[in-house]
Amino acid sequence: MAAADELAFHEFEEATNLLAETPGAATTSRSDQLTSPGHVAVAVGSGSSYGAEDPEEEEGDRTALLQEEKPQPGFWTFGYYQSFFDVDTSQVLDRIKGSLLPRPGHNFVRHHLRNRPDLYGPFWICATLAFVLAVTGNLTLVLAQRRDPSIHYSPQFHKVTVAGITIYCYSWLVPLALWGFLRWRQGVRERVGPYSFLETVCVYGYSLFVFIPTVVLWLIPVPWLQWLFGALALALSAAGLVLTLWPVVREDTRLVAAALLSTVVLLHALLAMGCKPLPPEQVAPPAHVTSVVLHTQLPPTVARSVATS
Amino acid sequence: MAEVAESPADRGTASPRPLFAGLSDISISQDIPIEGEITIPMRSRSREFDSSTLNESVQNTIMRDLKAVGKKFMHVLYPRKSNTLLRDWDLWGPLILCVTLALMLQRGSVDSEKDGGPQFAEVFVIVWFGAVTITLNSKLLGGNISFFQSLCVLGYCILPLTVAMLICRLVLLAEQGPINFMVRLFVVVVMFAWSIVASTAFLADSQPPNRKALAVYPVFLFYFVISWMILTFTPQ
Repeated sequence: MAAADELAFHEFEEATNLLAETPGAATTSRSDQLTSPGHVAVAVGSGSSYGAEDPEEEEGDRTALLQEEKPQPGFWTFGYYQSFFDVDTSQVLDRIKGSLLPRPGHNFVRHHLRNRPDLYGPFWICATLAFVLAVTGNLTLVLAQRRDPSIHYSPQFHKVTVAGITIYCYSWLVPLALWGFLRWRQGVRERVGPYSFLETVCVYGYSLFVFIPTVVLWLIPVPWLQWLFGALALALSAAGLVLTLWPVVREDTRLVAAALLSTVVLLHALLAMGCKPLPPEQVAPPAHVTSVVLHTQLPPTVARSVATS
Repeated sequence: MAEVAESPADRGTASPRPLFAGLSDISISQDIPIEGEITIPMRSRSREFDSSTLNESVQNTIMRDLKAVGKKFMHVLYPRKSNTLLRDWDLWGPLILCVTLALMLQRGSVDSEKDGGPQFAEVFVIVWFGAVTITLNSKLLGGNISFFQSLCVLGYCILPLTVAMLICRLVLLAEQGPINFMVRLFVVVVMFAWSIVASTAFLADSQPPNRKALAVYPVFLFYFVISWMILTFTPQ
C-alpha cells in the first residue's frame, strides 16, 4: 500500500479502506520505507479507532521515525495540542475545497483528512462564521433602514455572543453525540471502527465552511434568491456529511442508518434556518413598528370619513 | 603594611635582570587585606543603573516607561522590519490603547440592554482574548515567537485603529449623512490596512513559510472585528 500510494492516487474504495485500516502505512513521506509487515498485522487486528488520541505502542527505533507511532505526550503538555495543528496552508485549502465539492466516490475523511485531523480548520471556520453572521445581521438592518427610515438602527452587539455560542456548541456537541452513538453501535454490531472524535469534529467544522459565502450572499434582499442560496448551501453541506457517514453506517440496519442520516440532515437544516436573516419587520423593535402601523392606519380612516361625508 | 626585606633598587647597578625577578625576595610578614572594586566596564553601568532606580525620582521612572512606549508607537506608525517591538516587549502600550478604545466605544446612554454597541467589558474581552487566541494559534502552528512578544505586537498594532476611532468621533460631530459615512469608511479601511501591514511585518517572520497564511488570517479577522465595531459606532 505504501508503494501504491507513492504513485498516482487510486480511486478504488477498497484501496482507501485498506489504507484507512493500516494507519502505519499511511501517507507521510517520511515513513514509506520503514513500515514492517508485523506492524501492519497488529494494526489490522486491533480494529480500534485511530487518530491523534490513540495510545500507540512503542516499538523501539522505528517509532522515532514513523509519525503515527510517536509516544503520545500527555494531554497536559503543549506538545499534545500542537499535534492537532500540524497542517500547512495548502492542506487546509485542499480540505476546504473537498468540503465545498463533495463527490460520491470521495470520502472526506479518507481522501482529504488522510487520518490526520486538525483543529485549525474547525476552530477558525466557526469563529469566522460567527463574526460574519453578526456583521451581515447588522448590515441587513442598515439596508432595511435605508428603505424604511422609521426602523431604529442599533449595532446589536449581542448577536456576536449568541451566534458564537450557538455555532461552537453545534460544531462540538453534535459530533460528540454522533461519535458516541457510532461507538455504541460498533460495540453492538462488532464491525470496523468508526471515525475518531477529532475526525468527526473535522468533518463538521469543514462542512460549515459553505455557509460563510452563503451568509454574505443572503444580504441580497430578494426572498426567492435567499431561499435558493440556502437550499444550495444546505444541499452541499449535508451531502458532504452524508457521503462521509455512509460507509460507516451502511453496514448497520436500514432503520438505524436512515434514522441517523435524517437526524444529521435535520440538525444541519435547523442551523441553516437559524442563520438565515429574519425579514426586517421582525428585527426592528416592536414599539416603532406599532407606531408606524398606527400612523399608516389613521390617514386611510380619515380619508374614508372625508370621502363619505 | 608590607615590609620589604630587600629593595630591588639596590641591585640597579648590576646586570639587567628579568622582570619581576626581585619579587621572590620579598617576604611579607603579615596578611595584606585586598580590597577595592573589581569592575567590568559594561556591567558596571547596568549594575549602577539597577541599584539606583530605587532612588531616582518618580518622574524619571515614568518618563522612561513613557519613552519606551512612545518609541514603540513610532515603530508601529512607520513599520519597518525591525525587532525592537519584539526584543523589549511591554504591555503598557496595549493596555493604554485598549482602555482608550473601550472607553470611546461604549454606549453612553441607558437605552435597552440588548440593542446597543459593545460595552466596555465586551471590547476589553474581545481585544485581550482575541490577542491571546491568536498567540496560542501562532504557537500551536509552530511559530518561534514568545507568548508576551506576540501579545505586545498585536496590542501595539491597534494604534492605527484607535486613531481611526478618534477621527470618527470628530467626524460624527458634523451632520450625519452618506458623505459622513463614506469619510468614516475610508478612514477605517485605511487604518485597518495599516494595522495589518504593521503586525504582519513583525509577526510573519516567526512562522515557517508554508504556514504564514494560516497564522496571518486570524490577525486579519481580529482587526476586521475591531474595525467593524469602530465603523458601526453611533453616538446616542
